[in-house]
Amino acid sequence: MFNGLSVSSILLLMALGLAITFGLMGVINMAHGELMMLGSYTAYVMQNAFLRQFGDQGFSGYFAVALPVSFFVAGSVGLLLERTLIRRLYGRPLETLLATWGVSLILQQTMRQAFGANNVDVRSPQWLTGRWQVSAGLEFPHLRLFIIFFTAAAVALIYLLLFRTNVGLKIRAVTQNRDMSACLGVPTAKVDAYTFALGSGLAGVAGCILSLMGSVGPTTGQNYIVDAFMVVVLGGVGKLAGAIAGGLGIGECNTLFESFSTATMGKVIVFTLVILFLQWKPSGLFPSRNRSLD
Amino acid sequence: MPNISSWKDWLLFGAIFAVLMFAAPAALSDFRLNLLGKFLALAILALGIDLIWGYTGMLSLGHGVFFGIGGYCMAMYLKLQVGAAGTYQTDLPDFMTWNGLTELPWFWKPMHHFSIAMLSAILAPALCATLLGLLTFRSRVQGVYFAIITQALALVASLLLIGQQPYTGGTNGITDYKAILGFDLADNSVQKGLYIATVLALGVSYVFCRWIVRSRLGKVLGAIRDAENRLRFLGYDPVGFKVFVFAISGALAGLAGALFVPQVGIISPSNVGIVPSIEMVIWVAVGGRGTLSGAILGTVLVNAARSGFSEQFPAFWLYFLGSLFISVVLFFPDGVIGALRYARDGFEKLARRKRSAVAEFEEVI
Amino acid sequence: MSTNDARPASLGRRAFMRRAAGAAAGAAAANFLPELGYHVMPRAAAAEPIRVGILHSLSGTMAISETSLRDVELMAIEEVNAKGGVLGRKVEAIVEDGASDWPTFAEKSRKLLQRDKVCSVFGCWTSASRKAVLPVFERLNGLLWYPVQYEGNECSHNVFYTGAAPNQQISPAVTWLLKNRGKKFYLLGSDYVFPRTANLIIKAQLKSEGGQLVGEEYTPLGHMEYSTVVNKIRAAKPDVVFSTINGDSNVAFYKQLRNAGITAKDIAVMAVSVAEDELRGIGGGVAEGHYAAWNYFQSVNTSENKAFVDKFKTRFGKNRVTDDPIEAAYFQVHLWAQAVQKAGAITVEAIRKGALGQEFKAPEGMVRIDPQNQHTWKTVRIGQIRSDGQFNVVFSTNGPVRPQPWNSLLYPNRDCNWDLGGTVDKNKS
Repeated sequence: MFNGLSVSSILLLMALGLAITFGLMGVINMAHGELMMLGSYTAYVMQNAFLRQFGDQGFSGYFAVALPVSFFVAGSVGLLLERTLIRRLYGRPLETLLATWGVSLILQQTMRQAFGANNVDVRSPQWLTGRWQVSAGLEFPHLRLFIIFFTAAAVALIYLLLFRTNVGLKIRAVTQNRDMSACLGVPTAKVDAYTFALGSGLAGVAGCILSLMGSVGPTTGQNYIVDAFMVVVLGGVGKLAGAIAGGLGIGECNTLFESFSTATMGKVIVFTLVILFLQWKPSGLFPSRNRSLD
Repeated sequence: MPNISSWKDWLLFGAIFAVLMFAAPAALSDFRLNLLGKFLALAILALGIDLIWGYTGMLSLGHGVFFGIGGYCMAMYLKLQVGAAGTYQTDLPDFMTWNGLTELPWFWKPMHHFSIAMLSAILAPALCATLLGLLTFRSRVQGVYFAIITQALALVASLLLIGQQPYTGGTNGITDYKAILGFDLADNSVQKGLYIATVLALGVSYVFCRWIVRSRLGKVLGAIRDAENRLRFLGYDPVGFKVFVFAISGALAGLAGALFVPQVGIISPSNVGIVPSIEMVIWVAVGGRGTLSGAILGTVLVNAARSGFSEQFPAFWLYFLGSLFISVVLFFPDGVIGALRYARDGFEKLARRKRSAVAEFEEVI
Repeated sequence: MSTNDARPASLGRRAFMRRAAGAAAGAAAANFLPELGYHVMPRAAAAEPIRVGILHSLSGTMAISETSLRDVELMAIEEVNAKGGVLGRKVEAIVEDGASDWPTFAEKSRKLLQRDKVCSVFGCWTSASRKAVLPVFERLNGLLWYPVQYEGNECSHNVFYTGAAPNQQISPAVTWLLKNRGKKFYLLGSDYVFPRTANLIIKAQLKSEGGQLVGEEYTPLGHMEYSTVVNKIRAAKPDVVFSTINGDSNVAFYKQLRNAGITAKDIAVMAVSVAEDELRGIGGGVAEGHYAAWNYFQSVNTSENKAFVDKFKTRFGKNRVTDDPIEAAYFQVHLWAQAVQKAGAITVEAIRKGALGQEFKAPEGMVRIDPQNQHTWKTVRIGQIRSDGQFNVVFSTNGPVRPQPWNSLLYPNRDCNWDLGGTVDKNKS
């Protein structure tokens, strides 16, 4: 049960940024996994910097710094991407898919040249190793608890941003009806830019956190991208609740099936179920309702 | 559609066909000819992708699955032909023996016969495509969602192939064949024969696809690509057309797989997954989607570039491929063929302008 | 390219198209022109060098591991050339990229043998790549030197196997664990050929040596989420987890195992695909106390090894590490050189004859090519992971062990013996 929640929170963390870029903007960003990888590498660089500056004592502090820095790094790359590439491809989602795939290849090779093809080591800070013992035999690792709470907090923050602030209002307006928003004076180009940057930054933060759980290398992004897309497609594009539901759904099902059979079959079954589910509800769990046919 | 006069078209087609059929085997070394044969087999696959993407507007990121089904069917046949000549001197393929199987699985049994293998290589992927098409198109899943679903399908297929190692060879794939229809695969003349067969198959597929796109069916496909809802309002049901064309592209992919395998000597899940499927799309994009010759040209160009690059600059191949994706989308969306046509139209316009300028000048004088 | 912004889009596009067409034509030309008599590279002069091929994945997922093999093979070739080459000729390496794609491996091996006419190829890592090139080598009669441990079940006349066969790595590890850690085994591997085949061997061995199998699990390659697996392991309460996980998944597994509070004292993990290079990504601290079975560790205490490691680090960087496949790739070049020197010729038959029985004082100790099955006699070692990412050698055989490509438990009647023509059924002969 806890495992399912943990897996769901991880999936949701990965998919949150994608839910924003894909869900709200309709931009397929195949480089999302690579943006996560950038966040992971940021954690690595921060870790080394802290080790050099503060030695083993101050080491544990690196993570708190790495989180906002990865947001910033991935967000800037996302911003750059949006300004140079994505903005020319609005309304052409399939082209965006191909172009961002190309970007992902370039990012992978760049990291390979810069850091070497090998995986690099990112160590958890002290306060994230260790477990919380609820009862005999029931232990929750701190890291997984942290991920669950962080994801919940991130979702809450995003929700607040989107629904309670002016900025969020503008974002939602541009998403729902670009032309009308432009007529009403919303600077659509700017809004697009910082929405994409927000989504990318979230990807970076996800990568930073996941570096403590998985590998950090040039191909790390490839391991996450399909799962992230599945969550967003299942949950329904356009609503945040969809991504949450999608993450929960896939996470719990994955864990469930895995415990009964092998991990491979678990993945196969879950994806097949998603494909079949989409026959029944093609727009996902929480489709965005609008008047147009497409 | 640009209006090129029909006979010029056929002349060009005939010329290229003749070059591929007669000049290439004479001029190229066995190694390069084999490579070209592999590229041309992949070109058949690209024709299928072009049919559904360039002409009907459906982007499939999972065509590796259909290619793989065709390839595995042929591989199963080839592997069974090895029989007693193999390392273990049994009728079972070697990987089954060291996986502990004692009996041939039921879906391998029919593959003893070449005709069944060839037929299933073409029909099985078509059937698969039909099923998937019926499921997705009826629910009006299209565009991006369709692309992502095909991607998930590619992932599932490759996971299954890897996981069912005793039956499929797992990550090693199926390799180490000796003969096809009694001909020794190691013999260079047999490989030349396979090359000729590939050229013929490509020619037939090209003519077939051309017939489809030039017919009224082709017009409907174009309508589906450009304005599917409007087509619905006019009374057509796009589902049937989409499923049909998807099945055709699946069959073409299977045929490509069946021709690919005896020339390359191996099929494995690495030909079936997400990454190869996306690369197939870029071949069509580079050559020019919406033009059949573009699909073939793009396949040969990109694959030749990959061979050439990895010989000279392995590290830069990914940079090049990545920039190819980006530049094709941004700068020349109609691919090489589109750019060539653009250039030719430009020259024609220039020539016309010159002629009219000269005429004006003469008038004045 | 961006200077075209000021001009109308059409001109920019045309210029780009020209450039792109030129690039594509250039690449295509580079591919096909040599056939028509044009050579891109100048011919070598004077004493013709001996050409060998190096075929590894220099891009793609396997590049992580395989680029080091190319590096060390080139380093070994330089050493050979520094001593005057072989048969008075320099050795020239032609490096090809398999790109982690098996058909590409087949294609490149064909190119090396047919076009470049190399006399031997040092290459491959994954069994899939080896299986893909095997038909090519057998058809075109080439010689492949394969430096990585593998699952056995193979006996090719065209391959020299310088990595461990299962009886030189997996089986001794199982025996040692049964003696020193406990009887209950949990088998965990990535889902591909090597783990599945290795586990067949281990299960047979557990049965015959009194071990107990408490679980068997496979995760897809690239799998990152090990919480369920860790729970299953915890529930099964094994003494040992025998891990054949490969690649990125290793990092995730060790990290998450540690996160769940399981240390090497509770459950020991024995790995056969984790070496010093992989530990750089995992972190010695995370995996501390667990084990790995190899023939060579960087910490092996021989003078040859000290010299080798020093040379490697000086050449490639202080942070680089050596491991078993790297060392095998290194000594196989020297074995090859000795074979050619002894043979006096560079035909495949001659080199093969010269190689049988060849010995070399490798960094791991004495290695010898078995004259009957073309595998290599190697010392078996077990190491315990230190917090600095290196190994403490906790077990070592007294000398090199004879390789057996076919497991004696699973195939008691099968043997690989080229004196008798290859794979033989002991019953028949």
